[in-house]
Amino acid sequence: MSSGVAVDLENIWIRFGDFVAVREANVSIKGGDFFSFLGPSGCGKTTILRAVSGFLEPSQGQVRIGGKDMAGIGPNKRPTALIFQNLALFPLMKIWENISFSMEVAGASTAERRKRADELLDMIALEGQGDKYPSELSGGQKQRVAIARALCANPDVLLLDEPLSALDLKLRQHMRTELREIQKRVGITFIYITHDQGEALTMSDSVAVMKAGVIDQIDSGHNIYDHPSTPFVASFVGENNVFRGKVKEIKGNDALISTNRSGELLSRITPSQVGKLSVGDDAMMFIRPETLRLGKADASSKTTISADVINEEFEGNSFSVFLKGDGDKSIKMSVPNAGQDHISSRGENLSLHYDATNAVAMPAGELASE
Amino acid sequence: MSSSTVIRFALGAYLLVFFSYLLGPLVVMSMTAFNSSAFPSVSPWACFTYEWFDVLLNDKHIRDGIYYSFIIGVGTVILSVSMGLAASIVLTQVWPRIRSTYYTMIIAPILIPGVVLGISTLVFWDRVGQFLGAPDGSFLHGLFHNGIFLTILGQSTFIASYAMLVFVARLQRFDPGLTEAALDLGATHTQAFRKILLPFMRPAIASASVLAFLASFENYNTTTFTIIDYKTLTTVLAQKVRLGINPSISSLAFIIIVLTIFAALAFEAVQRNGRRREAVAQGKANPPSKGIIPPFFHGNFAAFALVALAFVVIMMVSTAQSHSPEVCKQQVRDARQIEIQQRIDALKKSRALKEQQSNSEAAEPDAEPAPASSGAFGGVFAPSNLSADEEEPEASEPKEGSGAFGNVFAPTNLDSGD
Repeated sequence: MSSGVAVDLENIWIRFGDFVAVREANVSIKGGDFFSFLGPSGCGKTTILRAVSGFLEPSQGQVRIGGKDMAGIGPNKRPTALIFQNLALFPLMKIWENISFSMEVAGASTAERRKRADELLDMIALEGQGDKYPSELSGGQKQRVAIARALCANPDVLLLDEPLSALDLKLRQHMRTELREIQKRVGITFIYITHDQGEALTMSDSVAVMKAGVIDQIDSGHNIYDHPSTPFVASFVGENNVFRGKVKEIKGNDALISTNRSGELLSRITPSQVGKLSVGDDAMMFIRPETLRLGKADASSKTTISADVINEEFEGNSFSVFLKGDGDKSIKMSVPNAGQDHISSRGENLSLHYDATNAVAMPAGELASE
Repeated sequence: MSSSTVIRFALGAYLLVFFSYLLGPLVVMSMTAFNSSAFPSVSPWACFTYEWFDVLLNDKHIRDGIYYSFIIGVGTVILSVSMGLAASIVLTQVWPRIRSTYYTMIIAPILIPGVVLGISTLVFWDRVGQFLGAPDGSFLHGLFHNGIFLTILGQSTFIASYAMLVFVARLQRFDPGLTEAALDLGATHTQAFRKILLPFMRPAIASASVLAFLASFENYNTTTFTIIDYKTLTTVLAQKVRLGINPSISSLAFIIIVLTIFAALAFEAVQRNGRRREAVAQGKANPPSKGIIPPFFHGNFAAFALVALAFVVIMMVSTAQSHSPEVCKQQVRDARQIEIQQRIDALKKSRALKEQQSNSEAAEPDAEPAPASSGAFGGVFAPSNLSADEEEPEASEPKEGSGAFGNVFAPTNLDSGD
């Protein structure tokens, strides 16, 4: 198992005319990591990937692969292989010819190519399918062929541009595990682009969350979820209830926020913003639906929210209860299904409790649009 | 009768009219190829004959014309397909803002009259020769005044545009991601073009080649200027039309029509077979049933008709060796001789009658002008003149003067045609 090759982006700017697609991106990816760029569509993540693979040159900044500056080196000379969103399998070539294309252009003999293609077909569990054409395969099979084709080129870095977006849910979940296994087996660096936070969180060693060309946070999936550094990350990754207000008091790493609607609430300040939040600032506080619990009304508690039920949805493993919240946003509470018939009735006033360590506060900012 | 019946009847009638308008001329033309009459005609039908095919094959001008048309066609295909392919690829790569301007420029030759293209090709290459200072008799001078060279260039100017239109249509369905994928996997730009784009374009290249060849083969108005001392089929035919044609032209047309039908049939059969095989491979259709009729014919009346026609042609070719129209032609000739003799006799009788009349009128100077036959022409054709000059030759050369038919059916023509 090779240790993989590091990829560094240093102060990358990419402009198309007046439009800035990527702004000041600084990323260093360790060799052998599974690294994801997560963001809504149009946030510039594919643009970054194209800059790494060599299809476009950054307007400014440096892309280094294995410490080597890639400026002026074309896509066919870089040690990267890209898996395209639409896979881009060659429709007029058989599967084995597709897989061994990189060897064909390098001048390998037919026998060598066939042998390597068969090995890779074994690896992706498609043995004996080499003589078919791409149109004869199913979506998941095509997906695996695209991976095998990229791996056949022995790249140091594998780039994946939303490769699972075309698959149905079941297959997507299956391919997540499979991709992660393949990555562990071959040990090369994977850079993965997705707008699906589930994919990013399950597979990645690190995730970079992007918004409109700017990288908001680079961290492990766990930290992205539990310690978001901006309101955008907090609201984009997973579900979150937002409470707007002003900081009333700061005690160490905790802040008391007087919210617009739910009174004074106590929250932990997200680690990256400790010291940056001061009394009187506009702040936002986030509480995940699964950390809210039903409790008794207690006006003196700073971790109790009182709200009216709008409606309730049964989701199988849990109930989602929607309550009147801040402005036009509702508060969502998720209650595990333990055999109850229902949790609440419409219009009922509930008291919701939470643990201050499960709430995060940070300076107010832009939320992810839904 | 319900209104839907009326509509169906009207539609049927319309289709009948439409197809006779479309195919009628071809049918008539084909029939004239088998009539022994010296001028292409169907009526009066003289004799069934294959002799015009003989005449055609022995006509050196037409043979040469076909030969050069073929060479020029091949040259034009090579030149215009490669130019069209290059132009269409540039169109997809060029900066979007100038794309429509570029497109208009490339398409313009189709809109320019072929005559203009022909003359300008001629003038341009002559000037190029002068500019390069190629002396008379040098290779370059010879090349720039070579009919084949100039015709290939002249035709390619606009045929390349046709080819480009075909390629653009195909390229629009090409996923540029495939080229990127190839580059990403280490292919050079040349390899990506040769291994990815070119195979994708192959069907379009085939159809553009056929289109270019046909356009070149049938081109006249550009060719007539650029061909100089060579000849192509079209220029030979044009010359023949000027000098008077015979049914060997019809026989050529017949051969071309038959070849076209066979080619179309073969193409369609191959296509359908391919589609069917694909459908069977994907499990969307049952494998072909082992019936007497091949699946190609199921519910395809036109295919039946075409195959029947093909059979007729094959039968005709096989009987061509044994069939001899000589007996029939002799009969026709005899019949015509008799007819002509009768007419001459009738003419003579009427002449004699007129002479008597005019003699009697001449005796009275103040009489009415001459009878209708001569009145319009004044004194030149005065009956007295006429009768004096022509009485003798008419008698000695009866074949010459069958006025009602003009020269067309003159027996001498017929003889020379045999």
